Amino acid sequence: MQVADIINKLELEVVCGQSGLSREVTGGYVSDLLSDVMGNSKEGQVWITLQTHKNVMAIASLKDLAAVILVKGFVPDNDTVAQSNEEGVPVLVTKMNTFEIAGKLYELIK
Amino acid sequence: MYFEFDIEGGDFSKAGYASSQLKKILKQLVGDHKIVKRTVVALYEAEVNVVAHAFSGKVIINIDTDKIEIQVNDKGPGISDIQLAMKEGYSTASEKVREMGFGAGMGLSNIKNNSDEFYLSSEVGLGTKLTIIAYLVKE
Repeated sequence: MQVADIINKLELEVVCGQSGLSREVTGGYVSDLLSDVMGNSKEGQVWITLQTHKNVMAIASLKDLAAVILVKGFVPDNDTVAQSNEEGVPVLVTKMNTFEIAGKLYELIK
Repeated sequence: MYFEFDIEGGDFSKAGYASSQLKKILKQLVGDHKIVKRTVVALYEAEVNVVAHAFSGKVIINIDTDKIEIQVNDKGPGISDIQLAMKEGYSTASEKVREMGFGAGMGLSNIKNNSDEFYLSSEVGLGTKLTIIAYLVKE
């Protein structure tokens, strides 16, 4: 499954990083602690978080994550958008909270 | 090959620059190798530590045919009890740093877990020196 597929199925909105929409999704990771994501996420996972600052993209890129989903209507900071576009790692947004979107993503790719 | 990067304390917008550059360099040199992932995780955490706790720092990277050696030396308050600082969950990060999702007390153990050799020394009031080595063994 690709990032573009989960966008359609979960009704997510793409904010930036469109060049990465064909990235392969292998799973998901949920955390707002950056070191936790740095230490434990795996390549190809979609990261669900409420953190919107630029360091999110540094981690997503270094860990080769497929995409980032921001919850509860949060939007990425301007420099986050710029780095997402540069690295080709999409930032997706949803009005859903973490529990809801994580459950739906799990159902979709389990 | 030898590279140097400067780190500015308090400037989170630039945290990750050295590790991102190192990732590009290593991908060209060794390709898709697990050492690339491990080493950039270790360096990223070290960069964040300098930004979160110190005034300034320097990253020195030496890439040899058999190993990568990274030194991260900072000018800052230093660490009074290294054993305690190494304990997972222990952190002295500020409230602001914690709100960003850092300061969970996992950084130093992430660095140790993602390197083959790990040396940390510090002088209170002066700064901290970190050296990590990763060996380029064939997978």
